[in-house]
Amino acid sequence: MNPCNSYKSRRGFLKKSASIAALYLAPATLVKTFAIDRVVPLPIAKEKLTITINGKLMNLEIDARTTLLNLLREDLAYTGTKKGCEMGQCGACTIHINGKRTKSCIQLALSNQNNKITTIEGLSDGTELHPMQAAFLKNDAFQCGYCTSGQIMSAVTCVREGNAKTRKSIQAYMDTNICRCGAYQNIVDAIEEVAKSGAKI
Amino acid sequence: MKSNNNTLLIEDERVDGSDKVTGKAKYAAEHSLPNMAYAVFVTSTIAKGNIKTLDTSKALASPGVLDVIYYANCPAVPGYASNAADRPKNVSEWRGYKVLYDNKVRFFGQPIALVVADSFENANAAVRLVKAEYEIEKFETNFDKARLDPTLLKSPVNYKRGTEKKFKEAASFVEAEYNIPIEVHNAMELFATIAFWEGEDRVTLYDKTQGPKSTQSTVVRTFGLTDKNVRVITENVGGAFGSGLRTWANVPAACIAAKKLNRPVKLVLTRPQMFTLVGYRPQSWQKVGIGADASGNFMGISHEAISNCARYEDFREGIVEASKFLYACENVDTKHSILPLDMSSPIWMRGPGEATGCFALESAIDELAYKLNMDPVQLRIKNFTAINPDNKLPFSDINIKDCYAYGMEKIGWKNRPMVPGSLKENGMLIGYGMSVGVFGAGKGTASVRIVLSNDGKLILECAVSDMGPGTMTSMTKIAAEAMQMPMQKIKFKLGDSDLPPGPSQGGSGTTSTVGSAVDMACKTVQLKLKELAIQFAPAFTGMTADALEVKNEMVVAKANAAIKIEVPSLLKLANQDKIDLTITSSGKTAEQLKYTSNSFSAHFVKLAVNPKDGTIKVLNVVTTGDAGKIVSPKTARSQMLGGVVGGIGMALTEKVEMDHTTGQIINASFGGYHVPLHSQIPNTEVYFVNKPDPHVNDIGSKGIGEIALIGFAGAIANAVYNATGKRVRDLPITPDKLGYKIVKA
Repeated sequence: MNPCNSYKSRRGFLKKSASIAALYLAPATLVKTFAIDRVVPLPIAKEKLTITINGKLMNLEIDARTTLLNLLREDLAYTGTKKGCEMGQCGACTIHINGKRTKSCIQLALSNQNNKITTIEGLSDGTELHPMQAAFLKNDAFQCGYCTSGQIMSAVTCVREGNAKTRKSIQAYMDTNICRCGAYQNIVDAIEEVAKSGAKI
Repeated sequence: MKSNNNTLLIEDERVDGSDKVTGKAKYAAEHSLPNMAYAVFVTSTIAKGNIKTLDTSKALASPGVLDVIYYANCPAVPGYASNAADRPKNVSEWRGYKVLYDNKVRFFGQPIALVVADSFENANAAVRLVKAEYEIEKFETNFDKARLDPTLLKSPVNYKRGTEKKFKEAASFVEAEYNIPIEVHNAMELFATIAFWEGEDRVTLYDKTQGPKSTQSTVVRTFGLTDKNVRVITENVGGAFGSGLRTWANVPAACIAAKKLNRPVKLVLTRPQMFTLVGYRPQSWQKVGIGADASGNFMGISHEAISNCARYEDFREGIVEASKFLYACENVDTKHSILPLDMSSPIWMRGPGEATGCFALESAIDELAYKLNMDPVQLRIKNFTAINPDNKLPFSDINIKDCYAYGMEKIGWKNRPMVPGSLKENGMLIGYGMSVGVFGAGKGTASVRIVLSNDGKLILECAVSDMGPGTMTSMTKIAAEAMQMPMQKIKFKLGDSDLPPGPSQGGSGTTSTVGSAVDMACKTVQLKLKELAIQFAPAFTGMTADALEVKNEMVVAKANAAIKIEVPSLLKLANQDKIDLTITSSGKTAEQLKYTSNSFSAHFVKLAVNPKDGTIKVLNVVTTGDAGKIVSPKTARSQMLGGVVGGIGMALTEKVEMDHTTGQIINASFGGYHVPLHSQIPNTEVYFVNKPDPHVNDIGSKGIGEIALIGFAGAIANAVYNATGKRVRDLPITPDKLGYKIVKA
């Protein structure tokens, strides 16, 4: 079979976006009108979800298939929680649900009615770093920073739940969180430091 | 947000660290644009053949689906034209397979269609509704089988110095074969592209790439655009390890969809797609022979390698390079062939070919040391060379013996048993091993814009990226040192192709290349400040620039520190808001080219093998680097720690498993492909020689990203031999290879 559209002129490709050019320079109201004008298939029925995220009570209408991770990242712009595998294997999406660490990629958002969610954005009050964040920074417990939110959320419950007594017990608890840059030693240093400081976290 | 009890940034911390620990740092997929659509690839379920029919009707009828783009409805892409006459002058042909272009399937998991919907959920749900019927062709994915057929091998590159196979005449020699499976970078951040056409011929991309300029250039040449109309933004890169050194199918696919639908499109790969769509370390077979005279002088080295590539394009990396120059030896012959298979393309993975080659070379040297009854470190010292025996140029600097001394002391090398398998601690077999890594220290071209404002702030800009090593921090440090001013007043901007051109972050070249440009930019600004002082500040009238220095944000007369002027005052006096310059630092000077420059590493390992089941526990690691001046000690140490973790993965856990009856990877997830976890990581000590290399560049710094990993797997294999007397030459080293049977519980 021949490939589609053997190329003759680049105009054919380029001219398609002539109309959109103006769109992104246009005010928001115009953008909205444009969106309504489009023929978009009806979305599937929305479900109601009441959930508290970082202390904020929210009443939402969401697609029933939405994972908690995608709700946070795509719908609510809490992008501090990361997507690494969508299979519950890497820990990048770790958050706290009612104080317990949980992988948000394998949680349906709807199964969290009335739950209290804490993400990395909600760990501190916004003026000072949380002691675990400060310890990660001080110990250089990350490189690329992508697994860091999940590591920190696990690290906090590691200490809270009394699993930070030895390096070995910290490592065992933290095995749920992969760091491909290999900052493991510094992460354990950071957790040990916070645990030993006795800081209330 | 500030650190607790600290109003100023602690110099030792990453300048972008606060954003990373608070979740504020944004990665490619984390941008949101009005009316953005979501795209998901549909991938092939055969390894080779043609798509007979592709039924998209059910997917198109699925809620929220906007389009299913595939070969029958894909808009023409200028760079997809194979015939040069059909391509405009500024367009070059897309390298690799052309995604969504034709009905050919070249590997299992190749994208065959792109579902675009108004939400991620709707796109994902429709993916499974696309049905393909195929004509399957005969394929080959079995490297171990295919490499035995010489007619399937391609493009051998031969090298010979002195007499070939001389090693076999030596008093002692070893020769053996080594196998390394496919390993996958598996950075934590999934590859993602958001494409947004701002005009007919103007596109902006948020993209995961190690090279904003390189991706920009690829998009320009593929779609027939101009540099100024293509912007690639990649503020933060969530790891890449080489996989981001190329523009993959996700970029044109997102551009095509965004154009076809007239709206921004976000395309994020899945973890399984990270195994097939963004490269991997190629599978390799190697045969290394080394011979030495009775006192250990190398008489000959022979290094042969075969590594796989895709059927649709060649790929070769420096597997046999280190054997040519790391040790003094007159007779060296190497050969490297590639083996095309019906798989996707490999790409450089951290430590690229050198990591593969040094595993074999450093294992062979260890084996030879036992034959000679010599200490393996002493054998390496015996064959030390300060002159590269390949190009005959002196190394610009080489302090590997300092690394040996430190590593031996700190790991407790004196406790290493000369007889393998003879040392036990707490019922465990204990072994010590070491190995060496080497990588070229290049210096390329980079432009830097430097802006010094009359409020005392300094901004530097370069279109490089930072995938984790801490480039923003090290560049800020280089500027702070050159300008003799506090880091807090300096901002280094990167990750945007609109900034002055810089290199892709790779090959351990960023600090040398961009750092040299930053240093040069600062020195240019300092000269400018001195000239302004002489011209506008009466106290300096009649002085020459040589007699002045710039430090602590002041221009000062060297002979009399009382003659000084603060930089903001000077700029105001000269009636200038700012000094704004763009400089370009090009490759090495003629003087620098009189030397050959490399970074070196030596890794020392102590490990325990459980005699009951053959499980291996790495107990201690001392990893040492000889890479010139260390610009940023804290982040440099982290890179070395990361190399150890990557090295443990390469040595002990990582392997892609294929089903050759279907040609598919069967462990394409973190559940099946095992990367090292917290509890597998030993206490690791990092040491740097930390001495400026006098000839590599003006800042005396060389890269460490690659040498952190190169050779490490050899140290593990050598320690396993020391512990057990079993020489494992096939990675990863698992209990079955030590002769233990896997018993089901």
